[in-house]
Amino acid sequence: MTPDLPTAKAGSTHLLEVRNLATRFATSGGYVQAVDGVSFHIDEGEILGLVGESGCGKSVTSLSVMRLIPNPPGEITDGEVLFEGTDLRQISEQEMRRVRGGSIGMIFQEPMTSLNPVLTVGRQITEAFEIHLDLKGRAARDRAVEILNRVGLPDPSKKFDDYPHQLSGGQRQRAMIAMAISCNPRLLIADEATTALDVTIQAQILELLQSLCDEFKMALLIITHNLGVVARYAQRVAVMYAGKIIESGTADEIYAAPQHPYTTGLLSSVPRLDASARDRLESIEGEIPDLANLPAGCAFEPRCRWAVDRCGIESPVQLPVRLSQGRLAEGTVHQVACWESENIAAGTALEKQPS
Amino acid sequence: MTTRLVGQDSSDRGGIGADSETNTTLSVNDLKVHFPISSGFLIRRQTGAVKAVDGVSFDVAPGETLGLVGESGSGKTTTGRAILQLQRPTSGSVQFRGVELTAVSAKQMRPFRSEMQIIFQDPYGSLNPRMSAGQIVGEPLTVHGLAGDKNQRRDRVAELLERVGMNPAMIGRYPHEFSGGQRQRIGIARALAGEPSFIVCDEPVSALDVSIQAQILNLLTDLQAEFNISYLFIAHDLSVVRHISDRVAVMYLGKIMELASSEDLYENPTHPYTRALMSAVPIPDPILERRRERIVLAGDIPSPINPPSGCVFRTRCPIATEECAEVVPELIDRGNRHQVACIKV
Repeated sequence: MTPDLPTAKAGSTHLLEVRNLATRFATSGGYVQAVDGVSFHIDEGEILGLVGESGCGKSVTSLSVMRLIPNPPGEITDGEVLFEGTDLRQISEQEMRRVRGGSIGMIFQEPMTSLNPVLTVGRQITEAFEIHLDLKGRAARDRAVEILNRVGLPDPSKKFDDYPHQLSGGQRQRAMIAMAISCNPRLLIADEATTALDVTIQAQILELLQSLCDEFKMALLIITHNLGVVARYAQRVAVMYAGKIIESGTADEIYAAPQHPYTTGLLSSVPRLDASARDRLESIEGEIPDLANLPAGCAFEPRCRWAVDRCGIESPVQLPVRLSQGRLAEGTVHQVACWESENIAAGTALEKQPS
Repeated sequence: MTTRLVGQDSSDRGGIGADSETNTTLSVNDLKVHFPISSGFLIRRQTGAVKAVDGVSFDVAPGETLGLVGESGSGKTTTGRAILQLQRPTSGSVQFRGVELTAVSAKQMRPFRSEMQIIFQDPYGSLNPRMSAGQIVGEPLTVHGLAGDKNQRRDRVAELLERVGMNPAMIGRYPHEFSGGQRQRIGIARALAGEPSFIVCDEPVSALDVSIQAQILNLLTDLQAEFNISYLFIAHDLSVVRHISDRVAVMYLGKIMELASSEDLYENPTHPYTRALMSAVPIPDPILERRRERIVLAGDIPSPINPPSGCVFRTRCPIATEECAEVVPELIDRGNRHQVACIKV
């Protein structure tokens, strides 16, 4: 149920389109640019994977979309967040509240801290019904029980009256998911939603979310560091590093032919279930950079073995990936932000000598 | 830097581990750890028990890595702690180099404390925030009398830090000044200080980012090759366990469901639980993923206070029959040292 919202000038044909989003935090050591010019979009029924390691800005991106950045110290400084054609940055807080939990649902990583400990699980779900669907009493309860059943909570009518502490970790996370999907959102943001769960429970939850996308054309933004989860469920992938999207494309394109040295490194540093044991893992040297103290140029330059002089001076922009003859592959959406990617792909890049 | 000896003895570590009683670092037999539950206000009586570990048996050979996988609540951490006698077992035997550890006193346990080490999951919680990196790594040297004077101790600490890939100049820094990966390296250096022949690695990389995780896994592999250390590698991530282990034991609700060489287990998983667990782990390859069979288990892991009768997995098992509620399946060798506890396969 989308409320009547003022339509922004700049329309978008996508369900969600984020353009040039920038979010920073004030710290004692100056501003930290957590999200720096991020653009992506999601269509109806689509699953997009936003991948990156801790501190890359993937959670801040999703919180910025939901306008949940605490201000101060946080501040969205630039960009547009077009949801169904409306710029969420321009609407009032009251209108935003109708979007949150209504047409955009969100699941957080920490099921322990995201639930209210003094309200029953059921009450936390029916609260959303009152606000967004004007559903009360018996009808609200029946529907909540139905959704709790749907997310695979055993004995849902009993669990409706339980408090969060009476549930196990996996059950709490499923209660969170029930809350997030209870109002049939058009878009669901799952921020490391299954990271704390056991693999068999993770599989249950993700299969459920995928079926919601297929059945109700819900769009799903999966934010995770788990490259396997993204490969299994997402159609498109965006890889973040130090506040920027450094590579994006279809899952097939990115996993089959990663272009950015960081993406390549990330993929080869994960042990794979189908890989024979004892092969040495290729690790990325060094540590994730401190966002308050980023190097000039490409943020990955200090860890990159293909870096050239230009990389330390000029920040690379995202450009379409070209085939070896400089042509674009037909229908490609693959983009990469790396000065040397074409040379690396062609095998003509020079490896940096270890200092 | 010390010379790396990767793959030096990989030929005898690739397949099957301990081949005779004499060539075993650790031998665990029918290990049980039950935590009593008491109730009553004035007269407290034991009314039940949490069967965290319920009859677990395995061997670890010198220089071998045995992976222990399972979901939360399967008893894998308790198994590790019971082996080190950090948690006294309820019953069963733990033999380390032929010595029955369950029978020795805390004082007699002392020399084994340096030879058997542990690396913890949480690199934030397992280092004393008031001690510098040098003090943390140096403490085992003092406690076990492994370093002579102050200078020797300092040199040894610097050497250990360097061996785990840290700059020895960081010796005076405190845990909060390090990243997660660096802290885990300090934890490894501390374990190495005791010159161990056996280390329990309890989820050593699960709190780390993937790029850092690979660095730590490579380090553990190098150290094992260099010092011929045996690992009991406890983790919930099957891909990591496959990567690092020679043999793997799959635990569920305090029992081992399947135990086989790493290659054999992953190529030919036999127990329905192992199969479901593997199919639940996504592989970072979208094209392959579209072809894979997905077995989604219903429900949660049951409570270890009141585990199901017969086979503990039967409540979630896709192929369970009435018979499974009657018989407790034994872990039986199906040839090639591939052990499976299931009456249906």
